[in-house]
Amino acid sequence: MAAATTPVLTPKDFQTDQDVRWCPGCGDYSVLANVQRVMPELGLPRENFVFVSGIGCSSRFPYYMNTYGMHTIHGRAPAFATGIKASRPELSVWVVTGDGDGLSIGGNHLLHTIRRNVNLQILLFNNRVYGLTKGQYSPTSRIGMKTKSTPDGAIDHPIDPIAFALGAGATFVARTIDVHANHLQEMLRRAHEHKGTAFIEILQNCPVYNDDEWIELEDRKSRIEAALDLEDGQPLVWGADDQRRGIRIENGIPSIVHLGAGEDPVNKGIAIHHERHESPAYAFALASLQRPDFPLPIGVFRAVEKPSYDALLEQQVQSAIAKRGKGDLAALLNSGDTWTVGD
Amino acid sequence: MGKPTEQIERVAIRFCGDSGDGIQLTGTKFTESTALAGNDLSTLPDFPAEIRAPAGTLAGVSGFQIHFSATDVRTPADHPDVLVAFNPAALRANIEDLRPGGTVIINSDAFNKKSLLRAGYESDDDPLESLRDRFQVVEIPVTALNREAIKDLSIGAREGDRSKNFFALGLMFWLYNRPIESTIRWLESRFKGDVLEANVRVLKAGYAFGETTELFPRSYVIPRAKIQPGTYRNITGNTALAWGIVAAGVQMERPIFLGAYPITPASDVLHEVARFRHFGVKTFQAEDEIAAISASIGASFAGHLAVTTTSGPGMVLKQEALGLAVMTELPLVVVDIQRSGPSTGMPTKIEQGDLLLALHGRNSESPVPVLAPCTPGDCFYTMIEAFRIAVRYMTPVIVLSDSYLANSAEPWLIPDLTSLGRVPVHYRTDPEGFQPYERDAETLARPWAIPGTPGLEHRIGGLSKQENTGNVSYDPHNNARMIALREEKVARIAAELPPVEITGDDRGDLLVVGWGGTHGAIASAVESARADGLAVSAIHLRHLNPFPPNLGEVLASFDQVLLPELNAGQLAMLLRARFLIDVQSLSKIQGQPFKVQEIRARIDELLRAEA
Repeated sequence: MAAATTPVLTPKDFQTDQDVRWCPGCGDYSVLANVQRVMPELGLPRENFVFVSGIGCSSRFPYYMNTYGMHTIHGRAPAFATGIKASRPELSVWVVTGDGDGLSIGGNHLLHTIRRNVNLQILLFNNRVYGLTKGQYSPTSRIGMKTKSTPDGAIDHPIDPIAFALGAGATFVARTIDVHANHLQEMLRRAHEHKGTAFIEILQNCPVYNDDEWIELEDRKSRIEAALDLEDGQPLVWGADDQRRGIRIENGIPSIVHLGAGEDPVNKGIAIHHERHESPAYAFALASLQRPDFPLPIGVFRAVEKPSYDALLEQQVQSAIAKRGKGDLAALLNSGDTWTVGD
Repeated sequence: MGKPTEQIERVAIRFCGDSGDGIQLTGTKFTESTALAGNDLSTLPDFPAEIRAPAGTLAGVSGFQIHFSATDVRTPADHPDVLVAFNPAALRANIEDLRPGGTVIINSDAFNKKSLLRAGYESDDDPLESLRDRFQVVEIPVTALNREAIKDLSIGAREGDRSKNFFALGLMFWLYNRPIESTIRWLESRFKGDVLEANVRVLKAGYAFGETTELFPRSYVIPRAKIQPGTYRNITGNTALAWGIVAAGVQMERPIFLGAYPITPASDVLHEVARFRHFGVKTFQAEDEIAAISASIGASFAGHLAVTTTSGPGMVLKQEALGLAVMTELPLVVVDIQRSGPSTGMPTKIEQGDLLLALHGRNSESPVPVLAPCTPGDCFYTMIEAFRIAVRYMTPVIVLSDSYLANSAEPWLIPDLTSLGRVPVHYRTDPEGFQPYERDAETLARPWAIPGTPGLEHRIGGLSKQENTGNVSYDPHNNARMIALREEKVARIAAELPPVEITGDDRGDLLVVGWGGTHGAIASAVESARADGLAVSAIHLRHLNPFPPNLGEVLASFDQVLLPELNAGQLAMLLRARFLIDVQSLSKIQGQPFKVQEIRARIDELLRAEA
């Protein structure tokens, strides 16, 4: 199926006739619209896309995408997607998961899928709460968060999705925000281009159970102070023009440096963002930047090349055929010691 | 050869020693040679789960029994005629199984104070003393003879001692006139230099020792068995399963995807299938049992012939995903090589305890066809049938093997591939009128529409789906209808199953019903009862869901029904519930297969009560 024969697609071609049933104001609407907007630009026929999800609000996603789709079981979407991609590397396989689905019940599968570098796009919607089960705290919820299951406040330490992905050896890691259409679309495009597991944390609002969790990042004004935009080759600088600051990283420990008017960040020892460090140490340092002490980095943390699991597996099959010839069942059954009994 | 030979019809030998003594290897090599000698045979490997239990202890004893004959062999034999014991612990753990008057061959070098104590004997015991009245005890200084044979080779004492199992093997080759060449060929393919030389020399030394020693006045000849003409090979159930998987891919002309997580006794299937990449086979060692089945279901959605292999504890973990395969109606084969439980149980021991789990282990109404092979070689055909049903009916299928079938070996008539035929798989490609849950009028299967096919984009998932369209639906009547359709789809498989075959008369006093790896013991017990004039017949169920169409009729044709199974009576319960008949259960849950005599005794008991 060459791209040349692909009819021109529009976002509408990726919409289904099913009513979208997220709560009014849910961040998922924006993500869905932006995914549908990006799909036609990717140069693939619609039938080559597969969306796979687990269980949770975000996992209803495939029902609203007019592609092939699979709404599976809680936490296991990466494993289903691995089976699809490993058997059919030519398909473009996207996993949609959430902070509960992906990092709690499905943590093991997320870890191993990333570790294997299966050529998938994994979109983790992080709203820091369980929505579908009505408001329990999640593995990314802040300490002290009061929910129905934690009336005295959550006492477990949250996990950061970016640090988790980096720890698993992710080759592409990015963070974006549900309502920032252009940035979200750019991250989706980058993820698609990446060969290997592309992991995107999408900060997503749950208006019912954890409203405004990310408001300072979603709001155009406050994000100037709250967000650190990552751009390859550019210094880690943020803030209003008269209050510019930068991040210096020494021995893996980040600190904030104030910049005077017109001051060159490089001269002040501000780190230059580089997506392609072989070591993940730099990206880890970035991942440790958390609110409220630091701005939250938004963009691509890391993008490195490593062979993908599905490509290597396919290669093993092809080289086995080249070396041994196509499998011969009769030869197999008659291999080793045999004996013949006459009439 | 100077010594006389005596012709005998059958013999059963058990090799036993430490799990580090190479007992399984010795047994396997003896088995291969016996197969080449043309005897029918059956084996029972029995080993501890520990890789290296403390040396010389009862916990570390490993055994391998082989029964071979000039006539049909169906079981590894209730009692060995010959026991080859490498140390006191092995003797102690196995001696009570030996037939009265049987032969014990021991490595006398291993019977010292220290090893006797370690085996739990008192320090001043001579365990052989009391045995001499009951058995023929042959004491051979195997370790010393072994050292003597290789003393001029430059290999360490430890490594040299490790070849002593080949001395015993060589001796047994002489005693039963087995060919020695296949083992030498195998050694040549595995070792080189002094290690090869040592093993070959020791093997031949054992053989020569038999010829010259006065301990054995004669050797034995077991004539070739009169079996169906054709070309044979030796096969274990796990190898047959693996080859059945590969064969299904060839037969259906589609690539195989096997997702698995290591677990005893199923891992060997993964190892074996992983060798066949050149058949286009993809194997995936997953991070856990759940990922293994989930990836397989993903591959099935993508159009591969998907299979996942496991054993009891792993089978439990797979159930939620299996429920999704039922709901999404995708073809998938799930192999459960049952082992002793509950929980971790005795991982290397035998049980048939997962039947009810296979049938009813999922939430809600979740019907899955279940098949069970009955011999090691039958595992091959069962796998092919399982794939055929899975694809034809668009359903997951469970194959229940067990650790007896998995590890035991038998001669296997190599199938003629033309008789297997080709069963090409067809995916739906026509977008005209496509509905994901539209059903085939005959089989009720939904179409297999795979990603990459233009115009057939659709979504499947675990939520209740509207008939035909496959859209999410909470309509109560639709839910009931879809559940009924899935039940009906599985029930319809029965229409194409062959009627159950009766061994013996069509009606009589007693019918013995079995399933799975108990086939040999049941067939032997029933045969002996019939030879004694008892009105006993047998059937062996390969299809456990749905049952063969004439099963009810057959059960009703006998006054009594006996059901031996290696669990607490699971199939007995199902037959009672389904056919309202008074099935007598013969249950055994000791991690060991049935002895023929145990079944025969129960047959006699039931018929005596009736008389």
